[in-house]
Amino acid sequence: MLRYTLKRLLSLFISLAIASLLIFAVIEVAPGDPASFMLGINAQEDTLAALRVELGIDQPKWQRYLSWVGGMVQGDFGTSYQYRTPVAEMIADRLWVSLPLALYALTLSTIIAFPAGIYAASRRGKAGDVGVMGATQVGIAIPNFWFAMMLVLIFAINLRWFSAGGFAGWDKGVFAAMKSLTLPAIALALPQAAILARVMRSSLLDVLDEDFMRTARAKGLSRGAALRRHGLRNAMIPVLTILGLQFSFLLAGGIIIEQVFYLPGLGRLIFQSISARDLIVVESVTMLLVFAVITVNFLVDLAYAAVDPRLRART
Amino acid sequence: MNRALILGGALSALMVIAALLSFVWTPFDHGAMNIPDKLQTPNSTHWFGTDHFGRDMLSMIMVGARTSIAVACVAVGIGIGLGVPLGLWAAARQGGWVDEVIMRGNDLIFAFPSLVIAILITAVFGAGAINAIIAIGIFNIPVFARVTRGGALPLWAREFILAARVAGKGAARISIEHILPNIANLLIVQATIQFSLGILAEAALSYVGLGAQPPTPSWGRMLADAQTLVSIAPHMALVPGMAIILTVLGLNLLGDGLRDALDPKLRVARI
Repeated sequence: MLRYTLKRLLSLFISLAIASLLIFAVIEVAPGDPASFMLGINAQEDTLAALRVELGIDQPKWQRYLSWVGGMVQGDFGTSYQYRTPVAEMIADRLWVSLPLALYALTLSTIIAFPAGIYAASRRGKAGDVGVMGATQVGIAIPNFWFAMMLVLIFAINLRWFSAGGFAGWDKGVFAAMKSLTLPAIALALPQAAILARVMRSSLLDVLDEDFMRTARAKGLSRGAALRRHGLRNAMIPVLTILGLQFSFLLAGGIIIEQVFYLPGLGRLIFQSISARDLIVVESVTMLLVFAVITVNFLVDLAYAAVDPRLRART
Repeated sequence: MNRALILGGALSALMVIAALLSFVWTPFDHGAMNIPDKLQTPNSTHWFGTDHFGRDMLSMIMVGARTSIAVACVAVGIGIGLGVPLGLWAAARQGGWVDEVIMRGNDLIFAFPSLVIAILITAVFGAGAINAIIAIGIFNIPVFARVTRGGALPLWAREFILAARVAGKGAARISIEHILPNIANLLIVQATIQFSLGILAEAALSYVGLGAQPPTPSWGRMLADAQTLVSIAPHMALVPGMAIILTVLGLNLLGDGLRDALDPKLRVARI
């Protein structure tokens, strides 16, 4: 296990290093000088030069890369060109929207998908299975931002149960805050739930064919008891992997949904910073998201290997 | 008979026909504004209604289908063009450093949140259909590389490949002449699935204003236009939404149907 962990840890660091280089390179070639963008076209050359020194963009590229990465390791994500506030603080503020949103959506997705997948598997080939699988096909095909608009139309505009957008803020109480995240979370969760239900079903079907399931039935367990005690546990491994992937997808996928609901999360921060050419913010937020995704995948791999010793040997 | 194949094929064909037909005929000029007729709900003149500029929605949907198909086609093309050779190469050098480098590179691209990177690319290099295609296409490369390698590996152990090697054929020639035809089924099915994902991705990028730019009609941008008007003209959101859903659903069913029809044992990675 230790050997496996070290090996995966090494590849985690390599991935992060390459990712940071790529992101830095993409931002570097971005057209437009942040200094002249901030000061306007009439700015004097010496003012521009002074601002470039202040922003630190007069230094050689490699030095800026190193100080960017070195800063991030210590929790310093640089200073926003636009607001002159530390990027880390801006990100922390926005994370309080994006992270709960992703977790909320993940919870909803799990609550919908597990029973649906288990039900479909237990009714293999029958009407219930066909119905659930048909519904998941549609669920996968629905763009989540369109679904979000429909939710707003029905539950915010027509029924007036929720507000159409914006975030109440945690200081208004947990209930108000969660309420304003409810429609976005549903919109995010639905397509993911469809995928998760399909994985749950096919993974469970694989397990149901195993000999140990027949043995469980033969020793006198009822269908339900055999499913719960032996089936589900073995079927959970692939499902957990997908769950890990989904969390990172939900965190990143929230970007579009935040646009629909005007939620002040990381997604809106990225878009606002792109239009203001506040590249240091774009750079750091992207890196943070990539970091979250890569790290979650790494942790899922580790959890997977801890549960299933066969995997350690394979890699 | 395979119902998924028929339904999926029909829906996909409908979209392709609509796109092709739009080159020679649309009910109205898709760009012609006609303010007096704005925000009409579907009726006998405008089958899908009109938008806030009085443009005919059906015509816009038909022309928008071209954008979706073009973007998804080229993005899948990038994936196949680069991913398949890489996958074949990796399989031919199984266990070697080439295999290792290609597969680790794949894992790296897989680990990136594709949407975030697509947004980054289009934001930095400029919004537009071309950059959207590149951003979507990059993430198709590892998918095809992985499927190709997975399909090719078991083939390398088969007798007919051994026979080809005895006949003196090199790895590259064997890959093209013997491996590729035998994994074509696999690639076709995967291409259908990536095509549908490409359409969803294009719609999402256009929706946030980073895909096809005006005046090129695109389903995603039609949805963006509809957002502020959804309370007074829901059909503006319903029509492009249904176009996307039916197309993606059709392609997914087509992929499932093809998989069952071509080879029941076939397994395709679905992300």
